[in-house]
Amino acid sequence: MIRTPLRPLARILAARAKGENPDNIEKENLRQRHAEIQGKSRQRSEGRLLVLGAFFICAYALIGLRMGMMATSEPTEPVASASGSAIAAQRADIVDREGRILATNFDTYSLYAHPQQLIDAEASAAALAQIFPDLDHARILKDFTGKRKFVWIKKKISPEQKQAVHDIGDPGLLFGPREMRLYPNGSLAAHVLGGASFGKEDVDAAEVIGVAGVERQFDSYLRDPANGAEPLELSLDLTVQAAAERVLYGGMRLMNAKGATSILMDVHTGEVISVVSLPDFDPNERPRPPVSGDPSDSPLFNRSVQGVYELGSTFKIFTTAQAMDLGLVNASTIVDIRGPLRWGRFSIRDFHNYGNSLSVERIIIKSSNIGTARLAQQIGAERQRDFLSRLGMLEATPFEISEASGGRPLLPPNWSELSAMTISYGHGLSTSPMHLAAGYSAIANGGHYVSPTILKQNGPQLGPRVMSEDSAAASRRMLRQVVTEGTASFGEVAGYQVGGKTGTADKPKPSGGYYDNKVIATFASMFPAHDPKYVLIVTLDEPSIIAYGEERRTAGWTAVPVAAEMIGRIAPLLGLRPQVEPVSVTDITLTSN
Amino acid sequence: MTEMVYGAVPTHVGEPTLPKWWRTVDKWTLSCVLGLFVVGLLLGLAASVPLAERNGFDNFHYVQRQAVFGSAALVAMVMTSMMSPTLVRRLAVIGFACAFVALAMLPVFGTDFGKGAVRWYSLGFASVQPSEFLKPGFVVVAAWMIAASQHINGPPGKLWSFGLCVTVVLMLAMQPDFGQACLVLFGWGVMYFVAGAPMVLLVAMAAVVVLGGMFAYANSEHFARRIDGFLNPDVDPTTQLGYAADAIREGGLFGVGVGEGQVKWSLPDAHTDFIVAVAAEEYGLVLVLILISLYTTIVVRSLFRLMRERDTFIRLAGTGLVCMFGVQAMINMGVAVRLLPAKGMTLPFVSYGGSSLIAGGIAVGMLLAFTRSRPQGGIADLLRGHERG
Repeated sequence: MIRTPLRPLARILAARAKGENPDNIEKENLRQRHAEIQGKSRQRSEGRLLVLGAFFICAYALIGLRMGMMATSEPTEPVASASGSAIAAQRADIVDREGRILATNFDTYSLYAHPQQLIDAEASAAALAQIFPDLDHARILKDFTGKRKFVWIKKKISPEQKQAVHDIGDPGLLFGPREMRLYPNGSLAAHVLGGASFGKEDVDAAEVIGVAGVERQFDSYLRDPANGAEPLELSLDLTVQAAAERVLYGGMRLMNAKGATSILMDVHTGEVISVVSLPDFDPNERPRPPVSGDPSDSPLFNRSVQGVYELGSTFKIFTTAQAMDLGLVNASTIVDIRGPLRWGRFSIRDFHNYGNSLSVERIIIKSSNIGTARLAQQIGAERQRDFLSRLGMLEATPFEISEASGGRPLLPPNWSELSAMTISYGHGLSTSPMHLAAGYSAIANGGHYVSPTILKQNGPQLGPRVMSEDSAAASRRMLRQVVTEGTASFGEVAGYQVGGKTGTADKPKPSGGYYDNKVIATFASMFPAHDPKYVLIVTLDEPSIIAYGEERRTAGWTAVPVAAEMIGRIAPLLGLRPQVEPVSVTDITLTSN
Repeated sequence: MTEMVYGAVPTHVGEPTLPKWWRTVDKWTLSCVLGLFVVGLLLGLAASVPLAERNGFDNFHYVQRQAVFGSAALVAMVMTSMMSPTLVRRLAVIGFACAFVALAMLPVFGTDFGKGAVRWYSLGFASVQPSEFLKPGFVVVAAWMIAASQHINGPPGKLWSFGLCVTVVLMLAMQPDFGQACLVLFGWGVMYFVAGAPMVLLVAMAAVVVLGGMFAYANSEHFARRIDGFLNPDVDPTTQLGYAADAIREGGLFGVGVGEGQVKWSLPDAHTDFIVAVAAEEYGLVLVLILISLYTTIVVRSLFRLMRERDTFIRLAGTGLVCMFGVQAMINMGVAVRLLPAKGMTLPFVSYGGSSLIAGGIAVGMLLAFTRSRPQGGIADLLRGHERG
């Protein structure tokens, strides 16, 4: 190896001395230095290229290994493999006041198809049509043999159906895990629960959304994972609900009514223990809303909150209670009831002729329209309107199911003195039975407004006072007398001191005016009358029976016996002890029995 | 004196071209590329049938086209590989300039074929994607600049090449074609690494990439969804990835049989991005392993030959070309087996596509030209080895 001279200029100087071109030597020096740099950089690159090579070998080996692992693993069913904890129970349960399940979730499967992957589309379509009789064979066949790549067949299928589809053995038929809403009690409390259906859905999971009732009202609460699947506690009592539904259904059939509703409400807490609207439906198979005809004839229609009716004489007690509360009259004040009472071109008549005058008490017992109209004249439209407003009769009820907001009372266009007189006996103002229940609760609990609620409450929820304790007590005594000696004599239930008021209102024609053979019969009751715990409203739509050789529609013949039967059945379930000895309706209670 | 020149037998200085080429070319890489081309045709028979059916051509229309383009690509490859590195460099620089202009003109004259990104020129009978031709040209130009910077009194070539790289990447990203942009960036990075990037810088760059990724994950919903989809162990069976994974499982060791596969009917990109899935389903793991070994051989063999190369430019350009080639194949297959997040990238020489084939042929031709054996002054190494010993 040639040593580099210590003095770099030595060779150039020597060359100059010899007369040679020193540039050549310069170039030679540069070439040598380049060669050296190149050598060094090659050495360094050698290592780095080695790293690169190793990187590529490792990466390719990894891909090969992974490919090998995937190729040797079993091909799993693509959809089922994606199931798991991701779609565990998400929607909270709904339970009654005792914690009994009203609505829960159930794991099931949906069925869909990839028609392009079907081996034998014709045979599969035929087999499916056999498993699901409600499927249209021609339509499936068209879907399967067409260009479609994806076809939903069924949103929910039973395990037996799933097995049957499995047995067809076509790889183009696939299952997607689903969580469905299950109402184990069938149609019980159907209108309260409402129903649920699928919202956004894909192959692996579907969103369950409430479409009606509490499912819709509390949809966000039920779906919120932050609640930790804490169940929604309703005020309903499942056993009472079942008994009420059964009695009301029997009553509706017996009284030849086309519809019926009942509400049982705790007068102190406002909790609705049972609410029934007939005809009803099964929320597991919620029917489609009707596209033609009167929506109020659909089973989906909730008569208890959506149905606004003129509830007739049941309103009279509000008139007398207000008149007493204002100090205008007391229970024994005599009122002139000579009829007919003419007002402009209208005349107000009574059902029977009750003579020339009646005490306030007897007006309620006999249910005199003229008597209450006279009282309303004394009260005046302004004060009546104010009183009914405080009873919540002029707004939709705050009842927490999504349909309740649709139950908006129909008010007279201007609240004239004539309006006041008709409203005093329950005509000219249409409210839902739920409004009536809240109003009667105020009388029953001693004068406080309570708002009806479907949620379980802890303790009394008394609202603002709407009448004095004494007026309420006097009203209760009158209501008790209606049962013992008045229009609701069929309402007596041994041991439970029922008090209440009947109401029979002619149904308005859609074209104006009233039918003379169609009524809404209502019995608004409370029990036990000396210290009421519950208010029960029973309303029958177009009842008609033949009794003692006469066609009878009045509430006393129709709604009252149904209510009495219901009280006899549910009062023991509610834990009320029957009072076997007759007691007066004053505030004497038996302390030992 | 005169007769000594006149009428004398004309002789070549040095060896004749063809024997010299055959003697010096890397025959392993050459045969592997031929193998890839054959596999590509084989898979085209399976994978391109649905496309042909969709577009209303006869079943093997795209196979015929692939064969035509493939032959052209092979010719281009052989011709390029016969050139000297200097000639390759000169032509590549000219080619790069043309491709660069073509790329810049894309927004004006290009078409997007309804795919949302303007990447192609439509020539009627075929379409050309300039970025495919830009990639090898860019590698050569950048390698030339970096190599120049290592000369005494050389220009600041690393900086220049970096500036060029950023320009090209931005232009590609604007199309948008992030896949090609990443490849270009990767190619430059590899060359810079081999040219002797300082270790500190490499670590810093890795940190920047990680931080950038985290930033993008936190701020870009699109990006985050891609990553989540990749990290999620349950793959939605109706996505492309799901179909691909299923196809690989179905195929098993030896495949379901030629023409029996299903995945090609479901995947829109079965003939390009997901051709490995088709291969795995119809021919099984065996063919996929053969494919992988072909790519491995080309990459490792070329890198090994470049390790002995003394010329900086040749070494860098060769490294850039082979790594780009290798990494493209790696990403394509890695996506199919879900080792990497979804990114559309063709499998070089196997996927269908005229531009990609011919540009690939030219790139591999350049690589073969650079990896031809030539005197490397090995004596000096031997001497140094003795000294050490």
